[in-house]
Amino acid sequence: MSTGTADTAARRARPFPAVSPRTRTRVPLLVTAGLLVVMFGVGSVRYEGFLSAQVVLNLLIDNGFLLVVAVGATFVILTGGIDLSIGSMVALSTMLTAWLVQSHGWPLAAVIPLVLLTGAASGALMGWIIHTFEIQPFIVTLAGMFLARGLCYTISTESITIDDPATTGAAQTRLYGPGGLFVSIPVLIALAVLVTAFVVLHHTRFGRNVYALGGNESSARLMGLPTGATKVAVYGVSGLCSALGGLLLTLYTLSGYALHAMGMELDAIAATVIGGTLLTGGSGFVLGTALGVLVLGMIQTLVNFQGTLSSWWTRIVIGALLLVFIVLQRLLGGRRSTAR
Amino acid sequence: MTPQPATSGAAGGIGRRTAGHRLLWPALVLLALLLGNLAFHHDFFSVRVRDGHLYGSLVDILRFGAPLVLVALGMTLVIATRGIDLSVGSTVAIAGALACGHLAGAARPGSVAATLTAVGLALGVALVLGLANGLLVSGLGVQPIVATLILMVAGRGVAQLITDGQIVTVTSAPYKMIGGGYWLSLPFAVLLAAVLVALTSFVTRRSALGMLIESVGGNPTASRLVGIRAGGLLVLVYVFSALCAAVAGLMISSNVSSADGNNAGLWIELDAILAVVVGGTALTGGRFSLGGTVLGALVIQTLSTTVYTLGVPPETTLVFKAFVVIVVCLVQSPVFRAKAVRRRAATPRPPTTAGATPQEQEARA
Amino acid sequence: MTSPSTPPPAGAGGPRPVLEAHGIRKRFPGVLALDGVSLRLFPGEVHALMGENGAGKSTLIKVLTGVHPADGGTVLVDGRPHAFTDPLQAQRAGISTVYQEVNLCPNLSVAENILIGREPRRFGLVRWSETRRRAAELLTELELGLDVTRPLGAHSLAVQQLVAIVRAVDVSAKVLVLDEPTSSLDREEVAQLFGLVRRLRDRGVAILFVTHFLDQVFDLCDRVTVLRGGRLEGEYPIAELTPVTLVQRMIGGELATLDQLSGRAHGQGAERAAGEPFLRARRLTRAGSIEPYDLDIHAGEVIGLAGLLGSGRTEAARLLFGADGADAGEVSIEGRRAPLRSPRHAIARGIAFCSENRKSEGLVGELTVRENIVLALQAARGWTRPLTRAKQDELARHWIEALDIRPADPEAQVRHLSGGNQQKVLLARWLLTEPRLLILDEPTRGIDIGAKAEIQKLVARLADEGTAVLFISAELEEVLRLSHRIAVLRDHRMVATLANDGTVTPERLLTTIATGTDS
Repeated sequence: MSTGTADTAARRARPFPAVSPRTRTRVPLLVTAGLLVVMFGVGSVRYEGFLSAQVVLNLLIDNGFLLVVAVGATFVILTGGIDLSIGSMVALSTMLTAWLVQSHGWPLAAVIPLVLLTGAASGALMGWIIHTFEIQPFIVTLAGMFLARGLCYTISTESITIDDPATTGAAQTRLYGPGGLFVSIPVLIALAVLVTAFVVLHHTRFGRNVYALGGNESSARLMGLPTGATKVAVYGVSGLCSALGGLLLTLYTLSGYALHAMGMELDAIAATVIGGTLLTGGSGFVLGTALGVLVLGMIQTLVNFQGTLSSWWTRIVIGALLLVFIVLQRLLGGRRSTAR
Repeated sequence: MTPQPATSGAAGGIGRRTAGHRLLWPALVLLALLLGNLAFHHDFFSVRVRDGHLYGSLVDILRFGAPLVLVALGMTLVIATRGIDLSVGSTVAIAGALACGHLAGAARPGSVAATLTAVGLALGVALVLGLANGLLVSGLGVQPIVATLILMVAGRGVAQLITDGQIVTVTSAPYKMIGGGYWLSLPFAVLLAAVLVALTSFVTRRSALGMLIESVGGNPTASRLVGIRAGGLLVLVYVFSALCAAVAGLMISSNVSSADGNNAGLWIELDAILAVVVGGTALTGGRFSLGGTVLGALVIQTLSTTVYTLGVPPETTLVFKAFVVIVVCLVQSPVFRAKAVRRRAATPRPPTTAGATPQEQEARA
Repeated sequence: MTSPSTPPPAGAGGPRPVLEAHGIRKRFPGVLALDGVSLRLFPGEVHALMGENGAGKSTLIKVLTGVHPADGGTVLVDGRPHAFTDPLQAQRAGISTVYQEVNLCPNLSVAENILIGREPRRFGLVRWSETRRRAAELLTELELGLDVTRPLGAHSLAVQQLVAIVRAVDVSAKVLVLDEPTSSLDREEVAQLFGLVRRLRDRGVAILFVTHFLDQVFDLCDRVTVLRGGRLEGEYPIAELTPVTLVQRMIGGELATLDQLSGRAHGQGAERAAGEPFLRARRLTRAGSIEPYDLDIHAGEVIGLAGLLGSGRTEAARLLFGADGADAGEVSIEGRRAPLRSPRHAIARGIAFCSENRKSEGLVGELTVRENIVLALQAARGWTRPLTRAKQDELARHWIEALDIRPADPEAQVRHLSGGNQQKVLLARWLLTEPRLLILDEPTRGIDIGAKAEIQKLVARLADEGTAVLFISAELEEVLRLSHRIAVLRDHRMVATLANDGTVTPERLLTTIATGTDS
């Protein structure tokens, strides 16, 4: 009932690291930005046709869906949680969309809100379970991962190709800018998501609660912040982003398939970490996540341009980068060694 | 002093009964699944001898379940230390790829020497991978889930790099033995898994390893103050987990005589975690039960077989697994239990605190 | 329990207390933590809440701030009854708490920490410039100059504490509860904190100040409520107390009966303290927990560490076991330098340590009595040299019998045992390693009288057999009875070492603890 050494021990643990928190968040971000510039530079020197604005835009075209899901993952990771269901939710969304549009002839306009709602609701449900029963996020979202992937197969084990004109039309629309540069509709959507996420995280109470939750959950609760609602909402946002990412992927591939987006949760988490967000939560920027996605895309592009390198090098390099950034986070003084 | 032996005997009995109950529930679930299958297929329990080999659904469950048992075995010790190893699936793929890659390039892939070298190579690399995980966790203090995520991401790439993105096929009788062979009319993989489980059980329980691991997982602070070198133990369990995964990888690739860097051991880490949790070892560390894990792995494997025999797409097993995860976690969640107790407030038994006995936990499920 | 009522302090803001608690009762499984405790808090006063371990301070604060609901009694705020069920309700009623562990978010800026949840907004968006301006304004008002844009974690703990207070006051400015805010602050930081507290008092805020530091109570507070063993000991204007009388009220026990103690340790002190010490510590220190201290411990000698809770007793002992690393100073064992970098080093040199927190730092609750007993010995041997099961059973049976651990079942889970039996298991664990120096941190706290006497007897016997014992206890009686020498700690400093040769009276010990000087 009285203070004991448990408190004493916590007090003894140095409450602030040697490096200031600001440096801690900025260093990985600068490293990532530098990495991007270097990779682009190397690519430009080594490969013909690399040094063009369209290459950069293509990065966005090819990775728009990843950007969207990584933004969702950033929300979750900022609270110190993790969402392993992302890839499966993306696959389920592609499946649901393709199935409803192709096999049932639903109009795309009706399918979109339904898919988004499904994603957000399932995310929120996972968040509710995590919060209410105090179960580790990793195991709850693992169940979500199984469930979503399994539901894909109950719809169909085969790939469903979409040839609905409205959908293919939307997918193939190119928006031309000056100099013959173009982007696709998903790129604009992804950028809109990014900007919205930025505004939400940095300029709304919900966003600040997300950071507070990741900084210190019990403090946040004692400060009177709605930690439970925030947690549920964060997983809801992640589910919503996964569903939207799934829609964009459907447009990108014009198909729904249960094997789509295998391991995309890992890419999303990697992009977030490379973008400077601490896996222990509380610190990071959603714009950093965008940089992280671009780095992943750039690795892919370089591997493609090289021609002699095979696609698996992408995974290996991402893994290596992940290692570097996680060790960097540790050395710059992560506050907590364990997070639930 | 006289009444004390009696008391001690009774209390000891309670202790043993509780230990029995740890295995009771996974065993009952397994039995229920098996009986359910029997209802659909009346020859489900039949075991035939063909060409001097045992055949039958039960044998198949054991045979296909062997790799999962092994991976779950390693995972059990990791989880007992409050850790988790997400990289086992990648290790499975890498081990298979290394062994098959070596055999495919060997002058006489059918020779025992070449097979042993291949196995040695796979185990050696697994050792290094486990060491890397262990050092990240114990040396740098990275959260286990994060530390092993790195290898989970990169590992599949490495496996594909080794196989050059191809599915490497090998023809080697000694290698085929590991996962697909029979010995004394029993599947060799099952024997191998049984031996490894027995050996692990023997080593952890006869040496002080098991006790020290449970101590580190059960109360890290107290363990430090009692002088346990947790760092070394952590490295050890991650290395062991990687080695188990490697053997599982050899089995899987041997059984199909090929290595597939992309799909071998896909999601086996999740199945293994599930098996451990179903087997009664809590994700929060501490007491572990190897017997429970074996039962848990067999439950998972039987679940897959059941879905298969039901004729629904085998991939939908995932849906069932999802429900198993949710139910098991809810049952293990103290908050859920507390709520369940509160709802049954009318029961005369006072609500136990965090220390609800296993029987009670299960009864509430 | 009736409260000896004293008139409200002269110069207090009003005649009516802003916060009043009557007859608060709170029961935890097995303990009556609060038994009819009352408290009055007037606007514009700094009110100290004092008491030793188990006095019920923390519980009372938790009841007042809504962390735990009370089982009985009433809490009145401005004369209206309230029954808080969570801290937010208490906050809304005007009671804010600042804990020793700063409950803010280190990753957010100072401005955000002050205003989060109440940021000025326009169209749903946070107005950052306005937020910063308001935060700066609040800080300036309280004469604190801080860069509000810097992350809180970049500031020292003291500044974080101040920010926490500013936030608490801005949320609700009636009652401010400060729970041991100064435990890890240095002198200058404490002065800064007190400056702020005084300014708030002058504005009419009622401040409940929980601390272990006597000087600070006399320096800052107007009145004090003393709790002892879950009961109200009394409420006094600080001017009516001296440090000695205050400590007497906290520790309790009639001095007269203490006087009659048979001093079994008396007289042998000199011979036991002769010769080369087993352990010699010189200028051993750790920033924020204990000032440099010297200590010699001889074989067969019982050294008592006396002092109030939070005086640095535990901290001093932990350095000798390597549980915490020392910042400076040196330790030699039998004349040879022995840096105690970790518990392993200390154990290898024959030192054992029973923590006061049996559950969190001692036992592994899931394991059996047998396993807990052999754990230290097994850890020292390493996992490759296991004790056979037969040997384990033998050791467990032997110690269960020797210490009369109940139930006498080596396979019972240790978490199901009572506190006294858990303590014995912990003792057995260390005794079977045959330590040269046994450090016991509050070994008799929270256990029944019988077990207590047994443990005291055991300590005396161990010393007779040549073991050096460092005995930490809040109970002067125990310390006086068992120790050959007594080291007194006060406010994280070792202020005196007294040879327990019969000249140490309880009064003398009490005075040393209270004033820091042996006069």
